[in-house]
Amino acid sequence: MYPDNLYYTKDHEWLRLEGEEAVVGITDFAQKQLGDIIYVDLPQPGKVLEAHQAIGSVESVKSVSDVYSPISGEVVAVNSDLAQTPDLINKDPHGQGWIVRLKIKDKAELNQLMKASDYEKYLEGLEH
Amino acid sequence: MKKTRLNAVHKQAGARMVEFAGFEMPVEYKGIIDEHLAVRTRAGLFDVSHMGEIIVEGPEALACVQYLTPNDVARLAPGQVQYTALTTPEGTFVDDMLVYCLSVPDKYLLVVNAANTDKDFAWVKEKAAPFQVFVVNRSDEHSQLALQGPLAQEILQPLTDLDLGQMKSFTFAFGEVAGIHCLVSRTGYTGEDGFEIYTLAENPEIIWKAIMAEGGPKGLLPVGLGARDTLRLEAKLMLYGNDISDKTTVLEADLKWIVKFQKGDFLGKAVLEKQLQEGLKKKLVGFEVVDKGIARPHYPVFAGGRQVSEVCSGTFAPYLKKAIGLVYLPIEFTEIGTEFEIGIRDRKLKARVVPTPFYKREKK
Repeated sequence: MYPDNLYYTKDHEWLRLEGEEAVVGITDFAQKQLGDIIYVDLPQPGKVLEAHQAIGSVESVKSVSDVYSPISGEVVAVNSDLAQTPDLINKDPHGQGWIVRLKIKDKAELNQLMKASDYEKYLEGLEH
Repeated sequence: MKKTRLNAVHKQAGARMVEFAGFEMPVEYKGIIDEHLAVRTRAGLFDVSHMGEIIVEGPEALACVQYLTPNDVARLAPGQVQYTALTTPEGTFVDDMLVYCLSVPDKYLLVVNAANTDKDFAWVKEKAAPFQVFVVNRSDEHSQLALQGPLAQEILQPLTDLDLGQMKSFTFAFGEVAGIHCLVSRTGYTGEDGFEIYTLAENPEIIWKAIMAEGGPKGLLPVGLGARDTLRLEAKLMLYGNDISDKTTVLEADLKWIVKFQKGDFLGKAVLEKQLQEGLKKKLVGFEVVDKGIARPHYPVFAGGRQVSEVCSGTFAPYLKKAIGLVYLPIEFTEIGTEFEIGIRDRKLKARVVPTPFYKREKK
């Protein structure tokens, strides 16, 4: 269910490596927990983030959740479609519902992240 | 954790379950927005069996309930329902509730909030001691379903021997629904037309399934507590613990219409009369968030350059597509159109006092 080509965090973000850049979003588990998403607070391009620093927030009808950067880097693009259609995150969390694109500072940090199989095990642990 | 008799039905329907007031309850099935819009435009079915049912019975039941509540119970004939409160001697809320008149003057049903059932039962029992009445907590035996929305009557009518066309708002009758003996009232907590169906039967899933089968083709959806909360807030119906509590008086909550000073003595009357004469210092008002963002409960509220309170209820309103909420403001800031600010993490959002209810259905 969770794509093998993505990296995952314990806070339920995913990261897709594209050369020297990383595309970041929240996982299917995260969007299900939040429910209908109605507003996404996005960062400005150019913002420099440390790993685990808040990128922005995602608001659903019932709650609000911070999104943390899985990796250090500089924001090079944000998904501007989310301003008009924030529910892209509900419909396609690992694809069209991406949130930011970062220029990676240090690829070694990828080693801190989980692979799909580890993330699935992590989720199983949360459900018990 | 307690379970309602419909627990398995919800899990089968794929509901996300949460703990609420000691019960495992469905918070959403398809999603809050779809469920909310179904109730506004078609119909929704809720399991609200967690609600409390307390019966006050005996020759002095009327006098007893009159003393416990600010509204005038003497105006009720059998088959009528009234929104009211259980008040403290300070004029604040023990709870808000519905009173069902079963028999005058000797039998009344109080329908109270799940989170308060035990507290309310103890309160009523204690305050009822001087009266010739029995007070019985029948909450565990009752199941309660709510069918709400413009199609509610059309969906329910084929399943019942009651003539729903004759049933006015805030009245009830006993009859069969799907062959099961029920109390059916034309009441609800959504701002829509609809019915609440109470039964002592062990198998309320028969009623649930019959209503879903009848209504499914008409767009009826099962609705969880998530949309129940957004629906009731759009209609400015109070939620105990958020909007009203034992710290807020009935008048401060802007519920003067449920206070009948002429009816005789009741708990809190003296304080409320004094408050009415002296004028309120704060009042519950509805607001819209003007800036982009959503106000949530407990976010700090600023007016006149200082923090004055915090948000009571606050959410995104799925039908109105706005961020709305309720807040107690010092009386000088409560006029419609007054602007104030709500702190949301590192920012301050502009908000404005607006008329309520936020949503009012068009009467046919």
